[in-house]
Amino acid sequence: MTTVFRPYSASDALRSDRSAGDRLRHRQKIREALKENIAEIVAEESILTRGSDRIVKVPIRGIKEYRFVYGDGSPRVASSGQGEVKKGQVIGQDEQEGEGTGRGPGGDRPGVDYYETDVTIDELVDLLFEDLQLPDMERKHLREIEVDHGTKRLGYRRSGIRVHLDKKRTLKSKIRRRVATGSAGPVEELPSASLQDPAAGAEKPRFPFHKEDLRYRRRVPDVRPESNAVVICIMDTSGSMDVMKKYLARSFFFLLYQFVRTRYQTTELVFVAHHTQAREVDEEEFFSKGESGGTMISSGYRKALEIIQDRYHPSLWNIYAFHCSDGENFSSDNTEACNAAQDLCDVCNLFGYGEIKSEAEYFGATSMRKVFERLKADNFHAVVIDDREDVWPSLKAVLSKERVDPQKEGTG
Amino acid sequence: MERIYETSDLEAWDEKIRVKVEEFGLTCYDQEFELCDHTQMLGAMAYHGMPAHYPHWSYGKAFERQSTLYNHGAAGLPYEMVINASPSLAYLMSKNSLCLQILTIAHVYAHNDFFRNNATFKFTQADNVIPAFKARADRVRDYMEDPSIGMSKVEPVLDAAHALSMQCSRNPAIRKLSQDEQKQRALAAAQPPADEYSKIHKRPDYIEPDLSKVPLEPDEDILLFIRDHQPRLSDWERDLLTIVHQEAQYFIPQMETKIMNEGWATFWHREIMNSLDLPQDIYLEFLVRHNQVVQPIAGDINPYHVGLKVWDDIKRRYDEPTDDEIARDGKPVMTGNEAMFALRETDRDSSFLRRFLTEDLCGELGLFEFQSQDGALVVTETPDEGEWKTIRETLLRSVGTASMPVIKVEDADYDQNGTLLLAHEHDGRNLHPGYAEHSLAHVHRLWGRPVALKTESAGETQVWCYDDNGFRDAS
Repeated sequence: MTTVFRPYSASDALRSDRSAGDRLRHRQKIREALKENIAEIVAEESILTRGSDRIVKVPIRGIKEYRFVYGDGSPRVASSGQGEVKKGQVIGQDEQEGEGTGRGPGGDRPGVDYYETDVTIDELVDLLFEDLQLPDMERKHLREIEVDHGTKRLGYRRSGIRVHLDKKRTLKSKIRRRVATGSAGPVEELPSASLQDPAAGAEKPRFPFHKEDLRYRRRVPDVRPESNAVVICIMDTSGSMDVMKKYLARSFFFLLYQFVRTRYQTTELVFVAHHTQAREVDEEEFFSKGESGGTMISSGYRKALEIIQDRYHPSLWNIYAFHCSDGENFSSDNTEACNAAQDLCDVCNLFGYGEIKSEAEYFGATSMRKVFERLKADNFHAVVIDDREDVWPSLKAVLSKERVDPQKEGTG
Repeated sequence: MERIYETSDLEAWDEKIRVKVEEFGLTCYDQEFELCDHTQMLGAMAYHGMPAHYPHWSYGKAFERQSTLYNHGAAGLPYEMVINASPSLAYLMSKNSLCLQILTIAHVYAHNDFFRNNATFKFTQADNVIPAFKARADRVRDYMEDPSIGMSKVEPVLDAAHALSMQCSRNPAIRKLSQDEQKQRALAAAQPPADEYSKIHKRPDYIEPDLSKVPLEPDEDILLFIRDHQPRLSDWERDLLTIVHQEAQYFIPQMETKIMNEGWATFWHREIMNSLDLPQDIYLEFLVRHNQVVQPIAGDINPYHVGLKVWDDIKRRYDEPTDDEIARDGKPVMTGNEAMFALRETDRDSSFLRRFLTEDLCGELGLFEFQSQDGALVVTETPDEGEWKTIRETLLRSVGTASMPVIKVEDADYDQNGTLLLAHEHDGRNLHPGYAEHSLAHVHRLWGRPVALKTESAGETQVWCYDDNGFRDAS
C-alpha cells in the first residue's frame, strides 16, 4: 500500500471552480421558474406606485428533481438523543408546505426547497418585459419635451462678464504671450525676484495684462429632452365591482405602470374612480373603498379628459389611460361613453379598456366591448379579464396597440 | 493552542497511522490525499467526490444548497470525503487542525479497507472508477457540444434518466436471468407439479405460457429496459441512459452500507488514535471531536452513532458474552475481531442491522418509531414497550435502497397499444402521488408512448397513466 499527499495549492483552488457552469444553468432554471409565475408574484404584493428600488422577497419553489418516492404516511425511525420519548408523544409538526410534502429525517423523502430570492421591483419588471420584445417598441418615437435645467459650463471664451473670469487661465495666457514676445528673461525667476526685492522687480519692464489675455468661462443654457408620462387609471367603483375584480384591476394597473415607467423619465399616476359620477382619488381610496350605485362610464372618461386638459397637456405628456369595469353601463350612457372614449383615444398614446367578468356573468350580460367596437382608433384596445392568469396576456395584447403620436413621428 | 503544520508533518503522522493500520489487519487500496479549501470541498461534494463528472444543473443546485447551509452555519463540512476507487482518493480540508487531519486520515484508511473488502463493492471495478467517470463525462460533453444534439436536447434526457436512476437492480450479486433462462423458467413453471397420484387425479389443464410477452419476468432496470426496447431512441440517447444507469450502480453499494461503513471507520479511527500515543493536546481535542461525530441526533439517525454502537456490541458479544447470551447462542466460535472482519466482508446495512440490532441496543440508542398523523409527528413505538422488533423492521425499510420504492416493468405492450406498464411492489408504504406524476412524465418522455403505473393506496389498486394529454388517474 502506498500513500500520496497532494499539497494544497491556492492557485489551483482559484482556477478550479468546476461547478460554475452547472450553477449558472441552475440559476437560469430558477429564473425561468420565476418568470413563469411572475404575474402572480407581482399581483400578490401591494406594490403599486412604490419605489423601484424596493426589495421584495419572492419565494420560489426550488427546481425539483422528481423521482419515485414514498409519501408521508409511512412510519420512520429516529433516535431520541438525550431525552426520553413516550408512546403517543407528539415530537413535532410535519412540515407541510406547498403540495403537502414533509421533510422527514433522511434524504429519501421529498423535501421542499424554497429559495427566497431578493429581487428589486426593477428586476422583476425586467423579467416581465423580457418577452415583450422591447427593442421593437423602443424604436417608436416618444413625445419628448425640452426642459430648461438652467445653464451649464461649456468651454471658454474671450469675452464675458466679470464673474465668469477664469483667473488661472487668464494668467497662463499672459505668460504664454510674454514668452512668445521674448521680452522677458526666464519665466521662473520673475515671481521670486519680485517677492524678495520689489525694487529689483521695478527695474524690469512692466508687462501688464492685455485684453487679449482675459479668459471667461462660457455658460450655455442646459436644455435636455425629457419624456413624461402619466398613467390614468380609471375604475368603475359601482356596487358590482367586488374585491376580486378590483384586485384584478389593480394587478393590471400595476403592470401597466411598471411598463410605462421603464420608458419615461417621470411617470405619474392619476386615479379616477367613477360610478355615476367621477372623482379623482388617491391610491388607497381607489383600491379600498367600495361604492355602490349604477354606472355611467362616460363620467369617468370626461373626468379623465378634464384632468388631461388641466394638468397633462398631450403635447407635453405621453398619456396612457386604462379603464377597468365590469361592463355594466346604463344603456342610455353608451353613446356618450363612446364619444368620450373617442376623445380620449385622440389625446392618449394608448387607451385600453379591460372588462373584468367572471365567466358565469359573461353570457347574457351587457358588455361595453360591443359598444366600443364602433370606435375608430387604432390605439384603443379592449380585453376581457376573467382571472389572474389573464392579466399578463391581456396587458401584452394592449401594449401591442400602442400608437405613436403621428405629428411627432415625422420629426423623429 | 493551534498547532501549525506542514504537509511533511501529515506525511510523518500518516507513516505512524499506516503501521497501525497494518497491525490491526486492515487491507487497503493505495491511498491518495488531496488537500483542499472549503470551496473545493463543496465542489467535490456536489459531484460525489468525482474528479471528473458530466455537467448537469442538479450538481449546481447541490453546490448552492450545500454552500448556503455552510455559509449560514446550518451545516459544517465533512472533515473528509473519500471515494471508492483504486487508488482511493480522499480530500482533506487544509484549514483543519492537525488533530482533525490525523483523525481523518485514520478514518479514511478504514473506509478504504471497507471499500476493498466488502462484498457489496465487488462489482464497482474500483481500479477503473476515475477513468470511467472521466470517459462518461467526455461522452456527455461531446453530445452537448455536438451541433446536431446540443445542451437543449441532452438536458431533458438526463433529467428523465436521473428520475429513474434508482429504479434498478439493487443487488448486483443477484444475477439477472438471460432471455433464454427466463423462457426455460416460464416453461418449467407451466408444467403441472409432480403428483404421485396422477393416475387417479384428473389431469390438470396445461396452460401454455405466453412466451411472446415482453418482458417475460418483471424487469427492475427501467432505464436499461427503455434503452433496449424503445426503437425510436437515437444512439446518443441510449448512451445517456447507459451512463446514468452505470453511475447509479456505482453509488448503490455506498447507500447500501452507509451505517456499517461509517461505523467501521469510526471504530477503527478510535482504535488507531488510542494506540498512537498522541501528545496530550491533540488527544484531548480528539476526544472532543470524536464525541461530536458519534453524538446521537435527536429526531434523526446518525449513522456514525448507530454504526459504532453496533460494531462495539458485536465485538463485546464475541469477546465477553453475557451468561444469557451464551445460554441462548452458545459459546462464541471466534474472537470479536475475527467476527468483525468476517462481517465487514459479507454484510450490508439491512442484514447487519437485522442480525445485530438487539433489543438492548435499541434501548441504548434511544430508537423509536414515529409517524405523521394529521400534520403532527407522533411517537408510535418505543423499545420500552416491547415493540423493538417493529422498530427494527421500520428502520430496515429506511436504510439504503430500501427507502426507495421498487418499481418494475411489467409489460411493454400493455393494452396492445405500446403502453409501458410499470408495477409498484406495494409494501404498506404509499407512493407520493405528486412525485409519481412528474416521474411518470419523465418515463413518458423516454418511452415516447403512453405509460401506466400500477400501485396501491388505502388497500385499493390504482392505475396512473401518463400520455400525450398528460396525467390521468385511470383506476
